[in-house]
Amino acid sequence: MEPLMALAIGLLYATAIYMMLRRSIVKLVIGLMLLSNAANLLIFTSAGMTRGAPPLIPEGALAPAGQVADPLPQALVLTAIVIAFGVLAFAVVLIRRAYEIVKADDLDKMKDTDT
Amino acid sequence: MRPEVALPVIIPLLSGAVSLLFWRSRPMQRFIAVAGTLALLVVGLWLITSVSREGYVVIHMGSWQAPYGISLVADMLSAIMILLTGIIGLGLAIYSLASTGPNHEKFGFYPLMHLLLAGVAGAFLTGDIFNLYVWFEVMLVASFALLILGGEKAQMEGAIKYVTLNLLASVIFLTAIGLLYGMVGTLNMADVGQRLAEAENQGMVEVLAVMFMIAFGIKAAAFPLFFWLPASYHTPPVAVSALFAGLLTKVGVYSLFRVFTLMFDQTMDYVQDILLWGAALTMVTGVLGAAAQYEFRRILSFHIVSQIGYMILGLALFTPLALAGGIFAVMHNIIVKTNLFLISGITHRLQGTYQLKKMGGLFKERPWLSVAFFLSAFSLAGVPPLSGFFAKFVIVRAGIEAEAYVVTAVALAVGLMTLYSMVKIWNEVFWKKLPEDNLVPEASTPSGDEGRLVKSSLGLMYLPVAILALFTVLIGVFAQPLMEMMLMAGEQLMNSQGYIDAVLGDDQDVLLREALEVNP
Repeated sequence: MEPLMALAIGLLYATAIYMMLRRSIVKLVIGLMLLSNAANLLIFTSAGMTRGAPPLIPEGALAPAGQVADPLPQALVLTAIVIAFGVLAFAVVLIRRAYEIVKADDLDKMKDTDT
Repeated sequence: MRPEVALPVIIPLLSGAVSLLFWRSRPMQRFIAVAGTLALLVVGLWLITSVSREGYVVIHMGSWQAPYGISLVADMLSAIMILLTGIIGLGLAIYSLASTGPNHEKFGFYPLMHLLLAGVAGAFLTGDIFNLYVWFEVMLVASFALLILGGEKAQMEGAIKYVTLNLLASVIFLTAIGLLYGMVGTLNMADVGQRLAEAENQGMVEVLAVMFMIAFGIKAAAFPLFFWLPASYHTPPVAVSALFAGLLTKVGVYSLFRVFTLMFDQTMDYVQDILLWGAALTMVTGVLGAAAQYEFRRILSFHIVSQIGYMILGLALFTPLALAGGIFAVMHNIIVKTNLFLISGITHRLQGTYQLKKMGGLFKERPWLSVAFFLSAFSLAGVPPLSGFFAKFVIVRAGIEAEAYVVTAVALAVGLMTLYSMVKIWNEVFWKKLPEDNLVPEASTPSGDEGRLVKSSLGLMYLPVAILALFTVLIGVFAQPLMEMMLMAGEQLMNSQGYIDAVLGDDQDVLLREALEVNP
């Protein structure tokens, strides 16, 4: 399972960076979305994947018996998803407003603040 | 229970929430802005007295013992940063009463300002690397919204660059956290530091160190990752510029200090050269970029970049003295840089533009404002006896002691070039005669509604400027006692075992910890 996930994550990162290098700001934001998803999957995978072993402690015991899945990375991913959702929602509104004001979907036409 | 460690986070969050409740009442929001930041300043003073007495103050949130729960940790560095946040927060709140137009206040300037301060304070205090990421995001979201308040064209263009590069930094940071967790199975920074030292795969540790360096390098605006800063900092309302200039990049610098002294200190052999040359190039490119500019706030923005170089140099030299100098530079820069932005706001109010070519004659018109600018600008350039001199002096001395002669020479040369830019502003804005074409203030500059505000509110804008200018003199005069605090912070950073012991404690239940360990 891990090699497959690794491939998928690599592909996501590559696609995201390709999209971010385009001139269109819409593609830029799509790239950002893919990038944050790639990072989330990476956290999920790099902590190790355990199948069918929920981290439940049997009654009366102090620790779970045997190897169990680590619940912490899932909590991290959940937090990261929520944050990414908020931030990307902002980014989408921003590019829409920018498009209305600058009247261009092209980063090369947004150089006023660089000179 | 030690409330002073949690209060710097709770106060701005609470004041932000309360001022949201008074969405329609501007007077109430303004009152809460001043009261909330004043409370933050008081707690900052409380925290720094506790820390200088005890060394470290730690609380574990929800009473979950470290390394399981999230700990808030204040050492000397954190305490100094929190105090500075309080000072800048209060100064900014007072300044905004006069400078921020009704159309910005109506769209939530004050709640966002509180939220930003909460994010900054949280980042300075947290002892958990993922929690640091969360505070970074809190700060970022607030800064995004503040950056586009008003919705001018330049703001939109600046915001796209700012948002993209900062989100990229966040994702790199998050990726690094994921890999780090996969490697050591813990997120508590003290625990991570302990375990990385014993890690078998030191090559991977170096990769992680560089990933954190890039992520925080973008946030701190270090060479070659700083391009978002001069593209965006001169676009928002001036109070927002000043707040960003004072605090945001410094959070990146703080994180570099924290991560490289606590977690990755054993990779220092490998990263030291990168940091050292990165610092030198940051200083040089920043100051050269400023030399080419003729817009007040853009010059200042490039100088932020150049000053970041000094702070990173303090870290790169990696001796207690150099770290102390780096922290001194952070303190000096937060106060002086914010003040220069505040002054640029006043000159904009007086003459209706940020273009140096169109300004002039302010020395005759406003001698006291000129004095405040003179003090801040020469302090930035490092002229004794102002605060910048001592920051530079300590770093240069540490550099010579560490035999890093080239970088030290660069630091000195950059000081001269800083003086050039500051003298340029002085000549254009204060010394030369007002050009004849600037009789009517331009209406098309960002936040053009400022012209409608009454002139009587200028007094409120002068107050924080005067106080911050006084600070830069006082820091120079009382450099010795302050330097002792900085040295204590430097010693604490170099001796990370103290931090680890303070967080993890000596009475850990080792057996329980071993038993609960899953998939390390």
